[in-house]
Amino acid sequence: MRERTNWPVTIFIALGSVAILIPLYISISIALKNPQELAESALSLPLNFHWENFTKAIEVTNFFNAFKNSSIITIFTLVFTLLTNSLVAYGIARNMHRKLFRNLYYYFVSALFIPFPIIMLPIVKQTSALGLNNTAGLILLYVVYGMAMNIFIYVGYIRSIPIELEEAAIVDGCSTWGVFWKVIFPLLTPINATVGILTCLWAWNDFLLPLVILSDSADATLPLVQYVFQTEFGADYNLAFASYLMAMAPMVIVYLFAQKWIIGGVVKGAIK
Amino acid sequence: MKSDQLILNNHQSSPADLAKSKKKKMNGRMMAYYLMVIPAALLFFAFHTFPAIQGIYYSFTNWNGINLDYDFVGFKNYINLFKDTAVRDSYLFTFKFAIFAGVLVNIISLAVAIGLNAKIKGRNFFRAVYFLPNILSVLIVGFIFNFVFTSIIPNLGEKYQIEFLTENILGNANLAWIGILIVFIWQSCAFNIILYLSGLQTVPHELYEASSLDGANRWQQFWKITFPVIAPFFTINMVLAMKNALMVFDQIVAMTGGGPGTVTTSISYLIYTGGLAGGEFAFQSANGVIYFIVIMAISVFQLKVLQKREMDM
Repeated sequence: MRERTNWPVTIFIALGSVAILIPLYISISIALKNPQELAESALSLPLNFHWENFTKAIEVTNFFNAFKNSSIITIFTLVFTLLTNSLVAYGIARNMHRKLFRNLYYYFVSALFIPFPIIMLPIVKQTSALGLNNTAGLILLYVVYGMAMNIFIYVGYIRSIPIELEEAAIVDGCSTWGVFWKVIFPLLTPINATVGILTCLWAWNDFLLPLVILSDSADATLPLVQYVFQTEFGADYNLAFASYLMAMAPMVIVYLFAQKWIIGGVVKGAIK
Repeated sequence: MKSDQLILNNHQSSPADLAKSKKKKMNGRMMAYYLMVIPAALLFFAFHTFPAIQGIYYSFTNWNGINLDYDFVGFKNYINLFKDTAVRDSYLFTFKFAIFAGVLVNIISLAVAIGLNAKIKGRNFFRAVYFLPNILSVLIVGFIFNFVFTSIIPNLGEKYQIEFLTENILGNANLAWIGILIVFIWQSCAFNIILYLSGLQTVPHELYEASSLDGANRWQQFWKITFPVIAPFFTINMVLAMKNALMVFDQIVAMTGGGPGTVTTSISYLIYTGGLAGGEFAFQSANGVIYFIVIMAISVFQLKVLQKREMDM
């Protein structure tokens, strides 16, 4: 017997989702209006599409430069994180019976409890002294800081992979590196997806780390640009919202196509 | 498997050689494992642990972050922390914020998750909508809500003559924190809803059927069946929501800049402004150390208490 649709709950859920969508509708509506139309009503449907808000925002904020910076940081962080963090986790996971490796595991994971502000002030001095107050330094920090969480996620997963698979490859003459790249890494695809999604969301949306680390405004990421140009936007909210939308758009577009996959990946990372 | 067996058989011809090469191989193998983890551990030490130690070190000095020389001052910074009203206010604000945020985020998330888990139309669509805020930049969402609170809501209030809406709450010292709370909840629920939902899906359906045959009402079903099963999710959601709320930063930058006055200055915002621009490098380093101890204590306490509750149920 099929259960009937629960309409009261459907309505409750629908109303709640309106609360989620309204701020986004407002953003689109403002970004497409001109100041007079905005003054009349922020909530009304935009009738004339003022695309010039977007072209102007691209110009004012040098959007493509910030987009390029954010993309470079996100892509390199993603690639290095997947390649290195999984490798470190493999080394740890297969040697958990050895004291050194077990302690290293706890060392990495306990860093999850350390709030960033305690490192914030010294790391600013340290990165600028080392000449790492730029894109490369930021990528390095994301890859290194990500290890705390990622090693936790990877080790749990790798330990569930039967060791017999590796033993077979070892007997076939595979080196430890060969075992990892040829046998283990391909098996990590589902958990790589999880780590990859979490890493991308973090690197793309993060504001605090770029704010304190980057010294050259030409390196600014998309969120940082929105902050830097607040004064320049001034009272021109149409311009500001066009800029906000463009900064959020890439993630939203990816999400529209891959939402099932993204939600599944994030859940898996949290439940591990 | 078959081919492995064959190779093993081949090797059996010379057991002595095998043992020798096996030992050599073992060393090579361990070497590889060390090479995998040691460089990463060193990097992690250099860019995470070392700055943390430095922070502790500077907290015992009077360095302003710019001058070349500084002196050791012992626990002076720590003693001053407890006398400083800006620091005290930031802790009070952050705790108040975190408690409200933790409780409200969890109640709302659980309610929505139960709704999404019911037999409703368009569940996948709604699930995608509710998760959407999680993929958006916290800072930009803060800017959007900033405009909603400072302009859109007051305008609506004037248009429809609704007195209490006409005021910009971010400009009101008593209400500004509620504006930040609303943005925080709007965005944080996304993640918690999805977690609760995956927890609810592990509750066996037969339990509900059996209990309703026994005459249990919805409320009893929730407390006797649903909640015990999702208790671990309650633990992790509570810890995560509180931890994120204790670290609130982006929303403050985007919405109030710590104001009006300093009423919405969170701890991390105070460390950032005082330590980097305010010449209080050493003083705010001490603040960072205390902040670390506080977050650690709260997280451990929560995990202990909530896990004990799980066991009791």
